[in-house]
Amino acid sequence: MATVKFTANLKRFYPHLAPQQTNAGTVAEILDHIEITFPGIKDYIVNEQGQLRKHVNIFIGNSLISDKMELSDPVKSGDEVYIMQALSGG
Amino acid sequence: MSKETLLIGTRKGLITYKKSQGNWKYQGISFLGIPVNLTYVDPLTNTWWACLDHGHWGCKLHKSVDQGANWEEVTAPRYPENTEIKNGEMATVKYLWAVSNGGGNKPNELLIGTEPGGLFSSSDNGGSFALNDSLWNHPSRRDYWFGGGRDHAGIHSIIVDPRDNDHIYVGISVAGVFETKDGGTSWEPKNKGLKADFLPDPDAEVGQDPHLLIASPSNPNVLWQQNHCGIFRSENGGESWSDISQEGGPAYFGFAIAADEKDDKTAWVVPAVSDQLRVAVDNALCVCRTEDGGNTWNDFRNGLPQESCFDIVFRHALDVTNDTLAFGTTTGNLFLSDDRGESWRAISHHLPLIYSVSFI
Repeated sequence: MATVKFTANLKRFYPHLAPQQTNAGTVAEILDHIEITFPGIKDYIVNEQGQLRKHVNIFIGNSLISDKMELSDPVKSGDEVYIMQALSGG
Repeated sequence: MSKETLLIGTRKGLITYKKSQGNWKYQGISFLGIPVNLTYVDPLTNTWWACLDHGHWGCKLHKSVDQGANWEEVTAPRYPENTEIKNGEMATVKYLWAVSNGGGNKPNELLIGTEPGGLFSSSDNGGSFALNDSLWNHPSRRDYWFGGGRDHAGIHSIIVDPRDNDHIYVGISVAGVFETKDGGTSWEPKNKGLKADFLPDPDAEVGQDPHLLIASPSNPNVLWQQNHCGIFRSENGGESWSDISQEGGPAYFGFAIAADEKDDKTAWVVPAVSDQLRVAVDNALCVCRTEDGGNTWNDFRNGLPQESCFDIVFRHALDVTNDTLAFGTTTGNLFLSDDRGESWRAISHHLPLIYSVSFI
């Protein structure tokens, strides 16, 4: 199981947001998984074409994902995945 | 009916003022910290709509059915999967830029204009939206719609003819005015007489830059637009446009324009310096009014800053109700006039950047 953790800023819109356990194999599958529990949250993270929003970062461990278009980066059991807002503007 | 509430869309949220004993008082803010670029109150359903532009999380649409006491996020318009702007660039909503109901004969219809250039309609009061394919697939779009101040062309104005709800105009920066007479099945450009001095052919049928398109409430055949290249008026529903800019005066460049509710020859603009500078003309704010269809203009300055002023007024940030006008500026000043724009007083000097102002 991988663990998905979220920036606290998303709790403004999803007050019950908490780390999630998932067997998803890719980042894209993770988003589909958390969308079930938190309907609508995927739209905060990716646009309608499924691409990561410009000012959102997703890390697997300490590494930024490499595929921001289709979110195909693989996720394995034991990984920690962080969905963060990018710092922009200083 | 007297409108005694002001909705102010700002960079830091939706601010409300109410009139009480002749004074406009701050009531509160919704969406604190989040840019609210546009609000719309649908008089048919009494639904309040707010368009949010999160820096990180995308554009969101919220509705309130209790006059702003509570807001609910609804699914905003979305471009269908694999919709392409051009050259392989996928279409995603960058901005929710215009909202209108569908007219009295379509009480649950909601129309939303977006950047990049898509018009969306909902037949269930925002429950779901569909892209208007005919306008999106207009043969002019890929080659002759351009980005202006934003990356892509965008629809910032929607006018539904109150006499025939299948008759709709949209204003697009940068493309021009488009009209449908069949409820959106087909669209035609309506830009004859406009000037685009930024194009090789200033008289181009498509590629014009209306900053805001409005209709006179008392006469839907009379259209006005504050354009990038002047102020224009049409008396024949957009079949042809006349340049009504003020020769030698400040009424030329700007973003906002408001039409009088009763008189189809009266309108107001708030001029700015075109177009690289985008500041107040001569570092002073004025409001210009015509009462003869644009033949002549008067500029009014009483109560407005006349030195060291850099404010400009965005396209949705000027509104009128009866003899009262209000506008908000890019530096957070909110001004109000009770005498048809001839004298002004500041309601606040301390608001965030103001995107939109509307009386309800």
